[in-house]
Order: sequence, then structure tokens, then C-alpha cells
Amino acid sequence: MVTFKFVPYYEIESLSSAKRVNKLLKIVKEDKIVIMEGRLRKQEEADLIEITMEEISPKFKGIELSVIYPDKDKQDAIQKLRGVMANALLGNRQGLTIVGPASVVKKIENNPDKIELFTRESKAKGKGMRK
Amino acid sequence: MVTSFLKGLFKKLSLNPFSKKSHIKLGLYGPPNGGKSTLANKICMDWLGEEMSTVSHIAHETREIKIKEQVNIKNKKGKELTFSLVDTPGISTKIDYEEFIRKGLKKAEAKKRAKEATKGVIDSIKWLDDMDSVVVVLDATKDPYSQVNITIIGNLQARNIPVLIAANKVDLKKAGMDSVKAAFPQYKVVGISAKYGKNIEEFYEQLFTLTS
Repeated sequence: MVTFKFVPYYEIESLSSAKRVNKLLKIVKEDKIVIMEGRLRKQEEADLIEITMEEISPKFKGIELSVIYPDKDKQDAIQKLRGVMANALLGNRQGLTIVGPASVVKKIENNPDKIELFTRESKAKGKGMRK
Repeated sequence: MVTSFLKGLFKKLSLNPFSKKSHIKLGLYGPPNGGKSTLANKICMDWLGEEMSTVSHIAHETREIKIKEQVNIKNKKGKELTFSLVDTPGISTKIDYEEFIRKGLKKAEAKKRAKEATKGVIDSIKWLDDMDSVVVVLDATKDPYSQVNITIIGNLQARNIPVLIAANKVDLKKAGMDSVKAAFPQYKVVGISAKYGKNIEEFYEQLFTLTS
């Protein structure tokens, strides 16, 4: 069985970068797949990889990470402006961040139009999500 | 974060007091087995007459930062460029020692490699701030939309570090230059075969643009 844990943006909004990363990693280490509203900052994504590496052990083999984000090239000027304003007012809530334990998630394929998550248990396509 | 911002600002204004302008650090970054060390060797063989790193079909062969100082290259117009070449361990989100065992390593050796590889990834990320320009080396036969690629390039962009993407292994039939270009339309992408030297002159020419 695969367990997904949804993390709404308001749960991480007020946290420091270190606490955001640790919160996500704590859930992942419980063998759950995080689906987070919005995305981490670029530096936080690098921090997540760095801290993951520090935690690697025979039991914890790392993470699979993917971010789905609206393709700005396909947005018109008004949509882009709305996005900028929404980010400024509400934080970076656009998109979804998916983080899973490497022991459960074999691969996340992310191309512009869809994201596919392959789990180790089934050895086959698990869930497919379209943008 | 403030330091990164200031470094980026000074870099933009060509007033970077954090590094000597005559001493450019050119980093090779990317996921494991993309061909960073093969490219580092090709550059060093072409311009210094000696290799720099060992290469292997087993991932994470490069597990520590390697630096070759004073690499001096020339273009057809006679212009010269001198830089320190920094070959970095491949950045990955997972490391499983059992994968190394499947590739033929013994258990103790595989565990040691895994431990060193995790440290290598951490070092690669920490060294991002020290780079003046970066060549992101991607395997052109693989999906370019991996989050590792996106995270590396996003972090370089956030630090205002100039980026050139080297889509490596274009000698292989599966190589897809178009998908690499489509994934990172804001960057110059040069298709190369570091192993066979294909299109390497174009790559060297792009290094002048990257570091100018």
C-alpha cells in the first residue's frame, strides 16, 4: 500500500527553510509520499537534497522529488501578472511538489504535460497526474 | 542568502570582490554518469596533455571535487581563456549501495562508495557558490526534465551564475538534442560527445561566450 500525505501551503508558510525541509523529510522517512501545495524555494530544493544525503543509511536510501509548475510560456500576459500577484500576496502556492522515499517510489517522470509516479511495489505505472 | 545576492550583484556589475577575475572557476555539474569526468578529461587532454579524472560505467565514480588549475584554451581567432576546471561529483537525490553491488562491487566496497557518494553530493552543492561559470553536463539520451537537472539549473540561475548546457553522448542514436533544448529554452545548449570529441570545437567556442 502506498500512502500519500497532503501538505497544504499554510502548514509550511511560516516555517523557516530548515524547518520546511525537515518537515517534508520527516514525513518521507515514515514511508509516505508527500504531495505539497506549492513549491519550495530553489535554495530549499538544494537544501532538501543536501539534508537527504546527510540522512542516507541502509534503511533510508534517499528521495524522489518532482515539482509540477504552470508552464509560464503557455500563459498570456494577464495570467502571468495574476501569477506574480498571487505569489506576492499568498506565497509560492502555484504548482505541486511531490517527494517520496526512494524505497517506495522508483521514479517520477515529469515532462511538460504530465507527471507519472512509478512505485517499487507494483513495478508498474502507479498514479498518473495531468497538469 | 544575502551573500549569494551580493555575489550575484557584483558579478553582474563585473565588480566581484569575492573572486579574482583572472582566476575563473569553471564548474562541471550534472547528474551522475552524464559524462562530466569524460568531458573534464577531454578538455585536459586537448589543452594540457594529461587526464584529470577516472571514469567508470558505475555511477558516482567521482566522489570528491577535483580541480585542475590554469587550463588555457585558445579559439580560432587566437583569443585565450584561462580557468580552473572543477569536476564535481554527480548530484543525486538517492544513493543505494545495493545498486553498486548489482554493478559488481563487493558489499563493503559498495557501502564505502555509497558513503563517499553522499558526501560528494553535499560538497557539489556547497561548491555552487564558488563557481564563476558552470557547464551543466546532461546525458542527451535521458529525460532532461529530471528534478535534479531542474534544481541544479534553478540554483545556478538564482545565484546569477552563467550556465552552458552540454548535451553529452550525441554519438548515441537515442540522444535527443531537441528535448534538451525544449526543456531549457533560456540557455545555450551545445550537443557534444565528450568521449569521441564530436562538436568539441563548438563547445570550446561557447566557453568564451559563457565566461565573457
